[in-house]
Amino acid sequence: MLKDITLGQYFPGNTVIHRLDPRTKLLGLICYIVALFLAKSYYSYALMALVLVTLSVLSRIRPKTLLSGLKPLIFIVIFTGVINLFYGSGEPLVQFWIFKITANGIRTAVFMVLRIMLLVCGTFLLTYTTSPLQLTDGLEKLLAPLKVIRFPVHELAMMMSIALRFIPTLIEETDKIMSAQRARGASFDTGKLTERAKALVPLLVPLFVSAFRRADELATAMECRCYHAGIGRTRMKELHFAARDVVALALCAVLIAAVSVLRHYGL
Amino acid sequence: MSIIRVENLTHVYSQGTPFEKVAVDNISVEIGRGEILGIIGHTGSGKSTFIQHLNALLKPTSGRVFFDGKDIHASKETARDVRFQVGLVFQYPEYQLFEETVFKDIAFGPKNMGLSEAEIAERVHEAAGFADVPESLLEASPLELSGGQKRRVAIAGVIAMMPQVLILDEPTAGLDPVGRESILQKILDYRRETEGTILLISHSMDDVARLATRLLVFDKGRIAMDGTPAEIFDRAGELKAMGLTVPAATEIALALRRRGVDIPESIYTINYLRKQLVSLREGGGAC
Amino acid sequence: MTDPILKIEHVSYTYPEAEEPALRDVTLEIARGSFVAVLGHNGSGKSTLAKTFNGILIPTEGRVLVEGMDTADEDRLLDIRRTVGMVFQNPDNQIVASVVEDDVAFAPENLGVAPKEIRQRVDDALRAVGMYDFRLHAPHLLSGGQKQRVAIAGVLAMRPACIVLDEPTAMLDPIGRREVLATVEELRRERGMTVVLITHHMSECVDADRVIVMNGGRVALDGSPKAVFSQVETMRAEGLAVPETTELIYGLRQGGFDLPLDALSVDECADAIAAIFKKD
Repeated sequence: MLKDITLGQYFPGNTVIHRLDPRTKLLGLICYIVALFLAKSYYSYALMALVLVTLSVLSRIRPKTLLSGLKPLIFIVIFTGVINLFYGSGEPLVQFWIFKITANGIRTAVFMVLRIMLLVCGTFLLTYTTSPLQLTDGLEKLLAPLKVIRFPVHELAMMMSIALRFIPTLIEETDKIMSAQRARGASFDTGKLTERAKALVPLLVPLFVSAFRRADELATAMECRCYHAGIGRTRMKELHFAARDVVALALCAVLIAAVSVLRHYGL
Repeated sequence: MSIIRVENLTHVYSQGTPFEKVAVDNISVEIGRGEILGIIGHTGSGKSTFIQHLNALLKPTSGRVFFDGKDIHASKETARDVRFQVGLVFQYPEYQLFEETVFKDIAFGPKNMGLSEAEIAERVHEAAGFADVPESLLEASPLELSGGQKRRVAIAGVIAMMPQVLILDEPTAGLDPVGRESILQKILDYRRETEGTILLISHSMDDVARLATRLLVFDKGRIAMDGTPAEIFDRAGELKAMGLTVPAATEIALALRRRGVDIPESIYTINYLRKQLVSLREGGGAC
Repeated sequence: MTDPILKIEHVSYTYPEAEEPALRDVTLEIARGSFVAVLGHNGSGKSTLAKTFNGILIPTEGRVLVEGMDTADEDRLLDIRRTVGMVFQNPDNQIVASVVEDDVAFAPENLGVAPKEIRQRVDDALRAVGMYDFRLHAPHLLSGGQKQRVAIAGVLAMRPACIVLDEPTAMLDPIGRREVLATVEELRRERGMTVVLITHHMSECVDADRVIVMNGGRVALDGSPKAVFSQVETMRAEGLAVPETTELIYGLRQGGFDLPLDALSVDECADAIAAIFKKD
């Protein structure tokens, strides 16, 4: 069933990670990604993995839950690994036909796979511990400086939060329309690729029509509730940096520094 | 012989997850050929899940469904064939219209059945007639129609498959009294001309009271009551305890009995109540 | 009742690209604190009328005054909208946030209310509709009636003087309908709010102070529920049903019963009929 799909799922909780300001977590994720791209050795990757495990323990998100998020990406991970395996330079360890596997190749492959896995898990850790609304709030605040160059920061954040609000509604609607068309003999899961694509028309047309109708009604309802873009808007839940946020950001800086130092010494 | 037979049907959503929910709980029932069966129950009582098993849209977690004596899940072909034999009109069906013209939309079902162009055209015209869709609208875009017209086009789209059983889920939801009246009348006309079997799911007790020959009351995934409208509405207290209402006529009749007016129980239409009162006054007794 | 909250003066409205006007020269006053039901079949102009009450539609002719403010005056638009709150048919399409309390906070946030006061308003509004315990729930997991109550709370958080409900129960099951109507009734009784309820359910109008019947963009009937529903022939001519009680009494009168047409509630109706049998 479509309903079972989870998109950026949030696991409510009250751990120190949950309570961090979303801005801290967003910046933290950026730092983590930067550090990942600086990492060049087994030592630094071990450090990065250790950081992730620590965070998952602190946030009470089980490593199993984090790893299960990788499932849909498993193909990409393996593909990247295999491609990199054959692209190493230097003395071949194994060689057959035009393929050769070198020590260097194995190293790159392992690093690439680790990098993708850590990156994805790090991102999941953010969405698992931060509610969608907090995330968009954090993003809006972080991007606020861009308002100077007339970048529509508020509108973007509003769009994101409305999109998140309507994902479950539209999934439910898709289910309903699919059932209704199947009741008229439509089939969505058999036939050749072109036939399947064609079979989507009875699903997509009503879905679009309905999405536009909803958008129209929502816009009117928002106007009735005095929405007039971001001008003079206040928030019920204001974001506040606490001591823990300062500590967390300091630790992020230390992480980047540590990986840079390791890199400097060729590790 | 019954046209649909349901044996020990159970349906569990999200089995094995924390969200597990038993929607239909061991239901067995037979639906006779030519019946107008009213199905009532509040949201979440399992009635929507139940009807989606009758045309094989949902597969039972356990139990079996027979159409015309054959297990509908015997093979892929029987499951597909039953879609056309048991026509299901969903709630707010107007949202499923997608074709460029009303004609093409009504033709969608018959086309999926693999009928010839000529047969399709014949069925579209006939179905449009049943559902009161004027010929002049057949070439219009479904998007240009009014809400009531869209609903009738959607109903025609299912009728065009000429199903032996027609299931309508809340066909009058959201319509004004005129729109309601015309849809209910059309259902009765259709029933009279085709002598088909009709299942009508509705929150409106007045609607089912008027149309149905037999009622099923769903509660917590089970069939709590099964009987004629008179039998069911006699148990007004139990219906109310389930969060359901009784028809206004039953409500008034109950209030009259409490005031010592000697009219029979099991009154469920205003017309019948009026006749009872008139004859009671004239003849000194109810008819 | 000398000071109407809403004054509708000779209002006509034609939708862009429409040939026929949807409203034709409507003049009405809505008294402060009253409960007004607006009836009419689809396309009678009742929803269009409602949309002129807070400046969603600006009359093509005539004007609408909300506490003396002309809805055509764009500078007063926010004041107008916070005075006349509006709830629509489909609760799904009015809820903007993924958490109940965040949604209720939406309007006061737009109005620039201080965070502490928003919190107060949100809690107050959620209690008023009986949804306080659900404040941290996701709206899409609520029932239709619950969603609609959240939508009402979202409007209440603006602290409006008047609330307009455009067919708020059309998409709900009987339980949801009862919940929403009970909530509306309480707002009127406890808070003295002006309520305008647009509907095609006759039974929802029985408790109103006043019923306005719209047809063809005009006001066809206007008066107390008893006065309006006793005009059975006119109602039928307008393509409207009358409540079942009236229907029965009307039928009985034609059968020679001497009954008052204005016995609207089930008990009134039963009392009147029972009295006749006692007399016999």
